[in-house]
Amino acid sequence: MKKVLSIILALTLTVLCFAACGKTDDAAGNDANSDFLVGAIYINSQNDTAGYTYAHHNGITTAMKQLGMDTAKQLKIVDNIPEDTEQVSKAIDTLAGQGCKIIFGISFGYIDAFAEAAEKPEYKDIIFSHATGYKSNDVNFNNYFGRIYQARYLAGIAAGLKSLKLQNNNLGYVAAWGTEYAETCSGINAFALGAQSVNPKAVVHVNKISTWGDEAKEKAAAETLINTYNCCVIAQHCDSAQPQLAAANGKVFGCGYNSDMTAQAPTSHLTAPIWHWDVYYKLAIETAMNDPAHFMEKVGIYYGGLKEGFVDISPLSENCEPETAGIVEKVKTMMVNGEWDVFTNVKLSIDANGNITKNTEAMKDNKGADVISADGNTYFAYNTETGALEAVDGGKDACDGVIKGSMNYYVAGVVEG
Amino acid sequence: MNRLDVFTLFLFNIVVYNIPLLYGTVGEIIIEKSGSLNLGVEGIMAVGAIFGYLVGCYTNSLAVGILTSFICAGLFGIVFAVLTVTMQANQNVTGLTMTTFGVGLFFFIGKGLSGSWPVMTQYASVNDGFKNPILIPLLSKIPVLGKAFFSHNILVYLGILIAVGVWFYMNKTKAGLRLRAIGENPAAADSMGINITLYKYVHIILGSGIMGIGGYYMGLNLGGSFEGSNCWINGYGWIAVALVIFANWSTAKAILGTLVFGFFNTLQIYSGSLAYAFPKALGFLSKVPPQLYQALPFIITAIVLILTSVRKSNKSAQPAALGLNYYREER
Repeated sequence: MKKVLSIILALTLTVLCFAACGKTDDAAGNDANSDFLVGAIYINSQNDTAGYTYAHHNGITTAMKQLGMDTAKQLKIVDNIPEDTEQVSKAIDTLAGQGCKIIFGISFGYIDAFAEAAEKPEYKDIIFSHATGYKSNDVNFNNYFGRIYQARYLAGIAAGLKSLKLQNNNLGYVAAWGTEYAETCSGINAFALGAQSVNPKAVVHVNKISTWGDEAKEKAAAETLINTYNCCVIAQHCDSAQPQLAAANGKVFGCGYNSDMTAQAPTSHLTAPIWHWDVYYKLAIETAMNDPAHFMEKVGIYYGGLKEGFVDISPLSENCEPETAGIVEKVKTMMVNGEWDVFTNVKLSIDANGNITKNTEAMKDNKGADVISADGNTYFAYNTETGALEAVDGGKDACDGVIKGSMNYYVAGVVEG
Repeated sequence: MNRLDVFTLFLFNIVVYNIPLLYGTVGEIIIEKSGSLNLGVEGIMAVGAIFGYLVGCYTNSLAVGILTSFICAGLFGIVFAVLTVTMQANQNVTGLTMTTFGVGLFFFIGKGLSGSWPVMTQYASVNDGFKNPILIPLLSKIPVLGKAFFSHNILVYLGILIAVGVWFYMNKTKAGLRLRAIGENPAAADSMGINITLYKYVHIILGSGIMGIGGYYMGLNLGGSFEGSNCWINGYGWIAVALVIFANWSTAKAILGTLVFGFFNTLQIYSGSLAYAFPKALGFLSKVPPQLYQALPFIITAIVLILTSVRKSNKSAQPAALGLNYYREER
């Protein structure tokens, strides 16, 4: 009896399998792009509800929906892939085998596997696109990242205006890391410079938690900043809303990150630097779909900012000072027009009426050394081995490279501890 | 803020941030004393946290929240009991499964509620009940120490009471003696007429329930914020497993272990502040690489392990039958 039953069950399952396959085949449309497959390799799970992988997954699916694509069928994902070249290579093979025409890798450590795969002759028709990296080729391999520091500068202005109003020059910053990563330290510097543009006396106290995700530490770090240094605004470079909750609890103000955290801290949140990953993904997928041969000319090494709408700040909350909106808008326009940028030899000074003065001067780090020369033609960074300050090759053009990769100092007015 | 306040707050936060470790450790000790090695602490705490938080908010009652976290985590612990005690499944694998399952359940429920997630500050009874400290008469008047150790929320005191109560139960009562006998030699205990299955079930449920309260504490301490969460427990369950060894299977020593682990855990965040407040005496703290702070508790555990094994005395209270399933027919 058991045998018969199991045979029947097995048969039913087989039939169901075929039936299911048949359905998907039928559902496939006739649109030329409906068989274009997008591949993605994630460091964490595609089912995450927040955080880095979630932001990318959300960006890719949003972009695909905007392009009228079916994410269930046209998006192939390999997730939970650690930064291990062998495992990433296998994931690439899997996605290439499934027929993906563009493959995104979202984590920095995927860089070598992506560089190798792009050179393989059998993958010459596939476009490899790597987030946060610095490698590329001329045909089918690019990298992409965003000028989030521009948004942080704007958030810094909002915080600076608040500190002027409260007559308290101490700002706090909960950071996952400090000068170890150019990404975190350029963000801290941009926030400090933004705050100093309206309040030259502003000091940014950084509490570094040395991990990318630990909510209890994020909360404790914010509380420490409020209690020890009497900080009146808490900014953050970490995933969760804990620093903002701590700010609300401590009756001070805050600038979140990644998403508009006003909902979490309605009485204290000012504004948050945010990403619009879908802007890049839409451009990349559209180009790969319609004109893959010219991908590198049309998309190339992508470093989008406020201009492209790739980064922005969330809507200013009611907690902001009334003059914030006008000043932020002016500075934003300057960056969108390409008239001015944060890490240059031009420092903005903004008075209470919103008049902007440009001062040409060297940018100094918190040890007093020049990190951008007064003529704006030389960028410096510390040599990680000798500890000496050295000029970065490339003169003026080194700017983006410094922000993305070699910045390892705090500007004047930033204190770690 | 004056310098002494920085120090006081440092001590205060050692307790506030690390009490969940005590709950996790005490729960695990109870389970391990019955001879079961449950590696699912992380998952059980997550289950207690999410159900406790949601039900506590919906009923606007801290007491209901505590009870719910205890019951739900206890019920979740039954899964472990059924699999390992009744069905004789491998304890290590089952424990790991419990972690994955519990944390998954946490996100499944949290994500499902993303639109209507209860905000803790809107539930006065839960919010105030957790945040308002209970001052212990006289003791809380002592400078520095009073604020640091004797003016905490109710769940801190409850954790200490449970730890002391369990110590008393295990060492001073007949049932506790029987429990320890099962952990050491279940066959001998069985021949004495002790109902092994019943004891194991009861203590697995009890231990899991206590872990669940710890998870609930984590959630409350993080303001019940689900936005950007990596799961509230975030590795505390695993530290609790290590603390069991550090505490040498004694719930009284677990209180000490929690404070020692907590000291290093909190020191990392406070190193800058302490160095700022006491530049001469503690200035060196800000120069220590943060990785060392993160590693120190585990280095200490390793040292404790080495010391206890070098002494080779009978001081180690690790149950002899820990991790082994007991099957009567194999006696």
